[in-house]
Amino acid sequence: MMASTLFRTIQIHPFLLYPTTLFRRRNGALYCTMKSTQTQTATQEKQQPSKVKVSQHTQSKTLDKIKRDYEAVIGIETHVQLSTLTKAFCSCPYNYGSQPNTSICPICMGLPGALPVLNSKVIEFAVKLGLALNCKLSLNSKFDRKQYFYPDLPKGYQISQFDIPIATGGYIDLDLPLEFGGGHRKFGITRVHMEEDAGKLLHSGNEDYSQVDLNRAGVPLLEIVSEPDMRTGIEAAEYAAELQRVVRYLGISNGNMQEGSLRCDVNVSIRPVGQLEFGTKVEIKNLNSFSSINRAIDFEISRQVLFHSQGQSDQIVQETRLWEEGAQKTVTMRKKEGLSDYRYFPEPDLPEVILSQVFVDSIHNSLPELPEMKRRRYEKMGLSMQDVLFLANDMNILFELLAKGGTVKGLIEEKDLVQIADPIEIGKMVDKVLSENPKQLGQYRGGKTKLQGFFAGQVMKLSKGKANPGLLNKILLEKLNAES
Amino acid sequence: MLSTIQPPRCLSRIAVRGRTKSRSLHILSSAQSVTSASLIDHSQILSIRDSLLSRHLSAVQLTHSYLDRLKQTEPQIKSFLHVSDPDKVLKQAHEIDEKIKRNEEVGPLAGVLVAVKDNICTADMPSTGGSRILEGYRPPFDATAVKRLKNLGAIVVGKTNLDEFGMGSTTEASAFKVTANPWDLSRVPGGSSGGSAAAVSARQCVVSLGSDTGGSVRQPASFCGVVGLKPTYGRVSRFGLMAYASSLDVIGCLGSSVADTGILLHAISGHDTLDATSSKREVPDFTSQFTSASSLESRPLEGLRVGLIRETVDGGVDSGVKSAIQSAAAHLEQLGCILKEVSLPSFSLGLPAYYILASSESSSNLSRYDGVRYGSQASSDELNSLYKESRAKGFGPEVKMRILMGTYALSAGYYDAYYKRAQQVRTIIRKSFKAALDENDILISPAAPSAAYKIGEKKNDPLAMYAGDIMTVNVNMAGLPALVLPCGFVEGGAVGLPVGLQIIGAAFDEEKLLKVGHIFEQTLQGYNFVPPLDADGVFA
Repeated sequence: MMASTLFRTIQIHPFLLYPTTLFRRRNGALYCTMKSTQTQTATQEKQQPSKVKVSQHTQSKTLDKIKRDYEAVIGIETHVQLSTLTKAFCSCPYNYGSQPNTSICPICMGLPGALPVLNSKVIEFAVKLGLALNCKLSLNSKFDRKQYFYPDLPKGYQISQFDIPIATGGYIDLDLPLEFGGGHRKFGITRVHMEEDAGKLLHSGNEDYSQVDLNRAGVPLLEIVSEPDMRTGIEAAEYAAELQRVVRYLGISNGNMQEGSLRCDVNVSIRPVGQLEFGTKVEIKNLNSFSSINRAIDFEISRQVLFHSQGQSDQIVQETRLWEEGAQKTVTMRKKEGLSDYRYFPEPDLPEVILSQVFVDSIHNSLPELPEMKRRRYEKMGLSMQDVLFLANDMNILFELLAKGGTVKGLIEEKDLVQIADPIEIGKMVDKVLSENPKQLGQYRGGKTKLQGFFAGQVMKLSKGKANPGLLNKILLEKLNAES
Repeated sequence: MLSTIQPPRCLSRIAVRGRTKSRSLHILSSAQSVTSASLIDHSQILSIRDSLLSRHLSAVQLTHSYLDRLKQTEPQIKSFLHVSDPDKVLKQAHEIDEKIKRNEEVGPLAGVLVAVKDNICTADMPSTGGSRILEGYRPPFDATAVKRLKNLGAIVVGKTNLDEFGMGSTTEASAFKVTANPWDLSRVPGGSSGGSAAAVSARQCVVSLGSDTGGSVRQPASFCGVVGLKPTYGRVSRFGLMAYASSLDVIGCLGSSVADTGILLHAISGHDTLDATSSKREVPDFTSQFTSASSLESRPLEGLRVGLIRETVDGGVDSGVKSAIQSAAAHLEQLGCILKEVSLPSFSLGLPAYYILASSESSSNLSRYDGVRYGSQASSDELNSLYKESRAKGFGPEVKMRILMGTYALSAGYYDAYYKRAQQVRTIIRKSFKAALDENDILISPAAPSAAYKIGEKKNDPLAMYAGDIMTVNVNMAGLPALVLPCGFVEGGAVGLPVGLQIIGAAFDEEKLLKVGHIFEQTLQGYNFVPPLDADGVFA
């Protein structure tokens, strides 16, 4: 069922921006460089020693074998942008896509003399999520200042929660999609805390300057940190998808990865099967869809396993890597020099957050039936797992079904929702798109591999969103890389 | 009436210690009826209101007289960083006169000229915080306190000089100028609200707003011989006050009489939805309890328990200051108070704890001054140097020092030893004050260990300067209200240097402080706390 979720959420952007790559972190400070790190990456690629040519097929077969000796340990940090009417600490509204700096005030701009005042909805939403994730709520928590310098952070600190988050020690139940083997999973949630978002940086085309848009500064976020319980890319992707369902069910967020109202950073490490000690952890950013999460993790696991298998496990360093959608790989962004010192201290401008049990109970009583509850209920009703997942995991279908009646299968066919998974049919669509875009094809073959995303998007459009994404990309890559 | 505005022409020199008649004060008598009219003698604000409403004086005349005096004295005193355009000010005064002519209601502060410390935001005037990093910065909003004053008819006559971002005790840390003490132009007016205190002292304005984080309203009040009031933390909204130490900062009031500071405090107090730390407590009419001296009973403060803080009259305090405080204590006893010595053993811990907390919070609060969105920006090709250059050029040495100290105290591995520990000391101080104020109605002490010292004397000895805050910081640590009013003189300058008595009260008990202060002030004989500036604004 994740596939159907995937097709609803993938909107492939032809030109992905990597804003943060322009600011390299060195010696704990961030600064703007004249050269783009993308160029550097390309240079690095060219400078890599040529590898022994082994057929891809053989390579992946061997790798699969080796992989079985290792276990991947994956944890995810998710930021959920809350859909409150106004920002966390001021009365500015937030609308994605507004003209830059049109939704700002002295408070979210960090002007001298301005002070934050907490939007009480933020607490309500945080408690809702904490309860939905089966967490223990801290009835007494507080805000802290997380301090660092960056142009999108107007005050020079972010109001967040450090040592006493509003919720801790929870878990989430989900079912893996049937096409990936199905199965029930339970993943731990370490903590949920409240914080404010930073603004956005827009980089000029020729990278001479950058501009600051503070519309997003001060928008409330909930940060969800998972236990490192996932073991595969699919598990991680489904975890993210389930979080999306939960926040949408609760009505606290759009949970939209493309708009940035749901953001995931994953941490991946591997260890030999049986070893208790964790391996070196690598953080991956720039994941804009569930399928990217899946593919990035799979790639990263392979990358790390390869090093291990060649006796070069010390080549795996603790760092942040970026997922490149076009090239379908992770690349170095910056090396983590230990933990940054954010000089946390309690936010003196805001009073302690005190929750009464009455308040918590009233929120508990107002929670809707969450996806997990629904799934278990449908299962008990005797529905097939496929129908269970389809129904419970897609709210729109559900609402329509309730309104109109009829069977699930009938509705699927009626809505022409059946996914296209026939490689020949997809192949035809890819051919069509490639022939209709000769200029871009030429550019791609000339080295602009980023354009894969563009083509994928065009095929998706052509298929009215029904093409199986995994298959699409596989076929697309084959055809793109074939000699014309 | 006008004599209280213009300086007296011939002023008999006041002996340093002793009683000479220079200002007629009512001798305590037992049975005279109360008339609010006589209160007017002890409140500039009320006498202005009376004159305006009775048409004895117009707001325009009044404004001219203050503006002239400001112009005359400003070259010597240098209290202001920005003086309002006289035409604008006179226009506001004219509007008040027109309203009065039409028998329309005017606010209780109509026609009152107020000076505002330059770390308090005013929308129609520059607000620099005394710093180059905000040179030319004009806020798009008024601080809540300023808004409230304006709504009541007050006229903001200008922005006063201060130590940069409130960090200092002399105004020598201002990026722009050093203010002179009206009692002796070679001496400091105190700080950081030195400009606000000097402006009131030199009668360049009626009242002024300052800010007090570790004594910055009270110590300059003492040095300049005016009344300074630090309200309870949370009594007045901090919205629009450029933050120095968020958990310690308050906006305070300065005036030439206790009544004036009380009226000013009432005007700006009260909950503000824009300040989450502002108190929802009801604001009483602070001056409703005031009665004029003539109607006081012979021992009007009978039974009031007063605790003199022993640690503040020990060694390290100027002997002249000590004896002025002791005279003040004796005066309070004459008024019926029961005087006791009180010991606050944690007293000496306050100073180091204060400097850790204040530096830490300020290092965070000043991070926003990075040259990116407002203020002065150094040109640079690269982000890190943009930050470095803007801040290196924009901040003065005192501010830089405190940012460094604060950053260090908050850094990983040090937080527990410094910040956390200082917070624990703070709790101890709070508790010890509370215990003392359970046993006593008020506590008294000097406001500073000495009178005003020479400009340049402490500039290169920051620790010595910090040590001068010992009398005042504990009050901020405990969040309590305190009033400083002139009680005597020590030797120095042309006619002596004023000394202030600090009265500390329980949280939100400004009413009691003002009541006691008012009675003290009215019954104090033989002192003239108007500095001897003659009509040409020059010291004789």
